[in-house]
Amino acid sequence: MSGSGDYALALGQAGLCLALAPGLIGLIRWLKARMQNRRGAPVWQPYLELRKLFAKEVVVSTNASWLFCLAPYVVFTSTLAVTVLLPILTVPLPLDGVGDLLVVVYLLLLGTFFLALAGLDPGSPFGGMGSSREMTVAALAEPTIAMAMFALALGAGSTNLGQIVARAMDRPSEAVSPGYLLAFTALFIVTLAETGRLPVDNPATHLELTMIHEAMVLEYSGRYLALIEWASALKLLIFFSLLANLFVPWGVTRSPAAGGLLLAALIYVGKLAVLAAVVAVFETRVAKLRLFRVPELLSVSFVLALLAITASFLSR
Amino acid sequence: MLLFAKMLKVGMATEPLGPPAPDEADLLHLVREVSAESRRLFGRALAVREVDAGSCNGCEVEITGLMSPVYDSERFGIHFVASPRHADLLLVTGPVTRNMEVPLRKTYEATPSPKLVVAVGDCARTCGVFKGSYAVAGSVDQVVPVDVFVDGCPPEPAAILRGILTALRRPLRP
Amino acid sequence: MASVLFTVMVAAYGAGAAVALLAGAGPAARVLSAAGAILGAGAGLLLGGHALATGTVWGLGAPDVVSVAGGLLFRLDALGAFFLILVSMVAAPAALYGVGYSAAYAGRYSLRWLGAMLNLFLLATSLVPLADNVVTFLLAWELMSLASYFLVLTDRDEPETVRAANWYLGMTQFGLAFLLAAFLRLAGDAPSLDFDDLRGAAAGLPDAARGIVFALALVGFGSKAGLIPLHVWLPRAHPAAPSHVSALMSGVMIKLGVYGLLRVGLDLLGGGPQWWGVLLIGLGAGSAVLGVLYALMEDDIKRLLAYSSVENMGIITLGVGAAFLFQSLAMPRAAALALAAALYHALNHAAFKGLLFLGAGSVLHATGTRDMNRHGGLIHRMPWTGPCFLLGAVAIAGLPPLNGFFSEWLLFQALLPGIAAPSPLVAVLMVLALGMLALTAGLAAAAFVKCFGITFLALPRSDAAAAAHESPVTMRAGMVALAAACAGLAAGALPVLATTGTVAAGLFGLASEPPAFRLWLAFQTPAGLARMSPPAVVAGLIGGLAVVWLAVRVFASRRPLRYADTWGCGRVGQTARMEYTATAYAEPLRRIFSAVYRPSEDVTVDHHPESRYFVQSIAYRASILPWFERYLYEPVLAGVRRWGRRAQSVQTGSVHAYLAYVVGALVILLGALLVTGAP
Repeated sequence: MSGSGDYALALGQAGLCLALAPGLIGLIRWLKARMQNRRGAPVWQPYLELRKLFAKEVVVSTNASWLFCLAPYVVFTSTLAVTVLLPILTVPLPLDGVGDLLVVVYLLLLGTFFLALAGLDPGSPFGGMGSSREMTVAALAEPTIAMAMFALALGAGSTNLGQIVARAMDRPSEAVSPGYLLAFTALFIVTLAETGRLPVDNPATHLELTMIHEAMVLEYSGRYLALIEWASALKLLIFFSLLANLFVPWGVTRSPAAGGLLLAALIYVGKLAVLAAVVAVFETRVAKLRLFRVPELLSVSFVLALLAITASFLSR
Repeated sequence: MLLFAKMLKVGMATEPLGPPAPDEADLLHLVREVSAESRRLFGRALAVREVDAGSCNGCEVEITGLMSPVYDSERFGIHFVASPRHADLLLVTGPVTRNMEVPLRKTYEATPSPKLVVAVGDCARTCGVFKGSYAVAGSVDQVVPVDVFVDGCPPEPAAILRGILTALRRPLRP
Repeated sequence: MASVLFTVMVAAYGAGAAVALLAGAGPAARVLSAAGAILGAGAGLLLGGHALATGTVWGLGAPDVVSVAGGLLFRLDALGAFFLILVSMVAAPAALYGVGYSAAYAGRYSLRWLGAMLNLFLLATSLVPLADNVVTFLLAWELMSLASYFLVLTDRDEPETVRAANWYLGMTQFGLAFLLAAFLRLAGDAPSLDFDDLRGAAAGLPDAARGIVFALALVGFGSKAGLIPLHVWLPRAHPAAPSHVSALMSGVMIKLGVYGLLRVGLDLLGGGPQWWGVLLIGLGAGSAVLGVLYALMEDDIKRLLAYSSVENMGIITLGVGAAFLFQSLAMPRAAALALAAALYHALNHAAFKGLLFLGAGSVLHATGTRDMNRHGGLIHRMPWTGPCFLLGAVAIAGLPPLNGFFSEWLLFQALLPGIAAPSPLVAVLMVLALGMLALTAGLAAAAFVKCFGITFLALPRSDAAAAAHESPVTMRAGMVALAAACAGLAAGALPVLATTGTVAAGLFGLASEPPAFRLWLAFQTPAGLARMSPPAVVAGLIGGLAVVWLAVRVFASRRPLRYADTWGCGRVGQTARMEYTATAYAEPLRRIFSAVYRPSEDVTVDHHPESRYFVQSIAYRASILPWFERYLYEPVLAGVRRWGRRAQSVQTGSVHAYLAYVVGALVILLGALLVTGAP
């Protein structure tokens, strides 16, 4: 069903995401640094860090098992697989029909599952704590993601990502409908929760008792750490892509011509930069929530998602 | 909104690192030449883990200053990490007390190769005012191999930064 | 052909039972009786496969047996064949596993009885989907219940086991009473008790009577399926039984509750009004969420798996309820899709729940305890059980590329059209059901990270875990067989889905094409096209993993791996005391859902004998409120006991009083006959 051109486009898309992801993290860090009135590292710093990590030695705990060594590959592969299924440059998707929204959500959950197991493997208390908290947050974020997705799918008639994007492009008035706006807010809160950003989790903290995602990764080094860091950057990119291209799809081209693809890529980078700025400002402004306040935040997002479905249903 | 108004008013707070003072050269002791491989690897991205081996926290205050907007170590690609497994360089302070001798050694073993150790402060090299105390096991180089000593009680953040950058033979401009 | 296979199946199970009873308790007898079971399961598998592949319906009558009630009658249609395949798929590996597992009972309990009961249980479970009249159905049903009661009672030295078996027996008989009532009401004026005649009689029943039949059947079959609030026997009986029996009960027997609901509700009654579907969806969603919430709090590995079965039965019932609902709304295609999703999930659950219980049995066999707080580090000492259990955990968490994900995906897609239904009540219900299904999926992933992670990873938390050994070869073979079944159901998702679609379509009177091999799964939803390609997902993930691994090998450093202590902030040494326990892992969720759990903590502090300022040990115990036992069962049972004691006053011990009772009853009976004018 898909020609070789489609496969090439899909691989190109994955490559683009892989290349952009560390830059996205670097941009957020740079913006936060400037808001803290300091120079900060250049935007391409994460690339240098990844290159260094791939060259470093790997130290593995004597208590860990083969799962510890397998987990970074599973996390990275599942996250990379998602980038192939996202509407980034073109609609319909190059590999249309292989996976839809639900496949995306569950592939991300696969990565979380293995990372949580890897946190338990070395037997350190911090790893166990990070694992327990991460699974709690992931479990509570699941219904919200599902509801937000279904609000979009209700409008488009299917969970197929290409179809959702196409419908939003065909009906611009829908993009500012209450259903879409509520779903956007709900999904934005979930993005912060799932990617471990403030106010749910501080990605730069050193205090183990406040960590959620970082605590599971304390034991990793060298190329394993590089894979996991890259995968978390990819996860952030994936959520940003969903926020950008599902809700503000203009810029995604319908024809895979070279000029159109280049323009689409540039617009896509622009949208990512805007979202990065929003997140950077938000992170600078808010303080981290206590762990047991996070469920309250996630229930708010769940209620918003429920309202989004109701609004979509009523405006059909 | 007050926050953003303040950000705009303060502007850029980072000061350029500048050349070392004339007498600062005596404060820096390069124990061994950092290998070319390490220099190439850590030139632009260095992860630092700070280890307090029994110091009075005077050096820690200065190291905290390193991360502040004025000295901003991050512009050189130097950032602090939460676990020695993530680190390339151990920043050790304090005379090594008996209770911290084993943890310091374990931290060094936990760090993946290639790794560097920079010992900060007079106490780290000579045990400073605590020399001969019953609670002190020895100077840092008696526990872990050290690459650079930065003297001072406490040394200025700029001196610490210059110490690290000189060891890596990096220019003092970001 | 079908008759031959049927005879082989019955004969093999029967021979297995006979061999077990007669041939003594030695290893040869165990192997032979298990061989009988495996042969019977194989015949059942072929029989079901033959029926589905050829699409023919096969029947067999034995009117001379039990002729007073109408004789035995068997019929194999698509639905029955599907469930027969489900039964046989788990029966063979479980029986194989039992050979090694039951060796642990040698000398303490009767292995003859265990082997015989196992074969009888499997025979009865295989006959239930084939039953075509009430007598056959109830006979097979009751044989299944009794045989499993004896199987649960295997380890009868433990008082817990005896209590669990009593609960189980009580619940099965309770369910049977309701089933009897349902069938009798359904039969009404029918000429015989054959299902064909019941179908005709049901068409003529008034709506109120149909509703009553459905409600009675729901109670009866729901208690077998483990739906809330009739689920309390599940977390008691499944952990108490031997592990291969638990696998069969959880994987196979409770599915027959769903089979019964489908047979009576859809086939015999032909569907019903909206409230049937709404009730099933409500019970299903409630069971799913409560099941997984209670599973998260468990420290006993088999109780965790039992509650997870409650959760999955809730999910399956959710799909079945959606099917009923769509049918009442005249959306037969959507109904068939929902039912196909539910059936596929049932098949998948049988495979991975069976696998998980067999794995838990291996762990129990190796360590001697079910308490996860005493396990740990088993992945190093049990190189076969670990990966098998991990596969089962990934499958049950509904993660790609395994089979659990595909059935959950299909269930989500099947429920989505409900949001667009004309009735707003139905739409709201569907939205809530979808939300609860998504919550269940997330919580199930958390529960199985806890289950696998605490049991198998990190350091051993007790000497028993440190001394654990891998299971014998038959146990390993059973687990690997079910793991292969899970992988096969995932890789072959499309043919399996097409088959369940055929089965479901047949029940709704839709024409069904024979399954054709395709790469893409695509079907029409009301406004668009839902598409996914299971083979592409599986191949993509596995291929991607290989590519990433190769790329890292090529581009990353060639330094060898170095092994060192776990980083613990420089502390000296690491013990198992520093790890997370099973209780601790679920603590955040215990706090978050405290409204449901009503947790209570018990902290006991032992001080040093010489000084109150030094603490010697602290024991922390967390428990949750058992809602159903406290507020439903205890009052009901207390009421029954009270009335029973009052009724005892009738037993005066005097012959004169008893004679008076007899005369009084006769007078009343004659009076009633005179009044109603009956001949």
